[in-house]
Amino acid sequence: MPQQPAESPPHVSFQVFLDGIVAAVRSVFFYVLVGNYVGMGALAHEVGFSFGWMALCTLLIWAAPAQVILISTLNTAALFEVALAVTLSSLRFLPMVAAILPVMRRPGVRQRDLLLPMHVTAISVWVEGMRLLPLMPAERRVAFYNGLGVGLMSGAIIGGGVGYVLAARLPPVLAAALLFFTPMAILMSSARNSRTLLDGLSFALGLVVGPIVAAQKIGLDLMWTGLIAGTMAYAVHRIREALRGRKT
Amino acid sequence: MSAEMQSYLILVLVGFLPSEVWRWLGIVIGRGLDEQSEIILWVRGVATALIAGVVARIVFIPPGALASVPLTVRLAALAAGFLAFLFIRRSAFAGVVAGEAVLVAGALAFGP
Repeated sequence: MPQQPAESPPHVSFQVFLDGIVAAVRSVFFYVLVGNYVGMGALAHEVGFSFGWMALCTLLIWAAPAQVILISTLNTAALFEVALAVTLSSLRFLPMVAAILPVMRRPGVRQRDLLLPMHVTAISVWVEGMRLLPLMPAERRVAFYNGLGVGLMSGAIIGGGVGYVLAARLPPVLAAALLFFTPMAILMSSARNSRTLLDGLSFALGLVVGPIVAAQKIGLDLMWTGLIAGTMAYAVHRIREALRGRKT
Repeated sequence: MSAEMQSYLILVLVGFLPSEVWRWLGIVIGRGLDEQSEIILWVRGVATALIAGVVARIVFIPPGALASVPLTVRLAALAAGFLAFLFIRRSAFAGVVAGEAVLVAGALAFGP
């Protein structure tokens, strides 16, 4: 093995980590996340989970849709059904992690150095990471991304705690508004991040196909929505590529 | 085992592991994966549609207090948020504010 390039000294890595936290707090996602998790904390309180459970839920799962599913269905659905819905809602992490890994991987980065960046990967962190990481030197990216993730996750944990405490006093209209942060935040982050026909069309078709699939009551709604709408969007993308190829 | 311990065990088994497994698989499968390869484009389409499905699910089968807001108000709020995003310099902040404003106004006007 050839000698790997020298690592940044620890104090530089820590400075970059703090830069990541600053970038997290300056991101629009930070405020949307806090609002979203205030609503979710309130929901956890309503359903009867403990304060510590809600905090650990965010720390361990760190995926708003999966947490919403877990908190809102755990008391009514079978454990297997809940686990299936959670795993389907988090399937997106596979392509997201696969897409951001090449940005961080370079000689000298060990596999275990990538475990924390992968765990803090969520839609918000991923979108900001894909935008900001290519702008900086490769050796700073892992520390910066960790800071970004820890910063956003801290906001979410604090927001969840605030919502949990507020829950008893929150008027129903405000509680509804806070719960509505989740779909609004996902819609905005997806719209902001969709640069190709495939992204936009997949999302639009998913919005339409989702309720249709749910109305059929065949179960596994999210999986079928993803497969049907995603494949339709991919087919349109392929047809358009083929037509474009013929013209040139 | 106490009920509290049981709720933590369920959190790990039903919440953490089913979600985290995709991040681990992303590291394993992501090795040397070409981001523009056809299979990745297809998986990205499926994942994006699945996220849209989560949005649709929360709007159509809402959790907690959101269920007290009529469906038409929820749909109008989502549409208003998206339109505000499109017409106000593609600002996510404007979109969230517009969506929430329509939801609260609609809930107060047409709610129970």
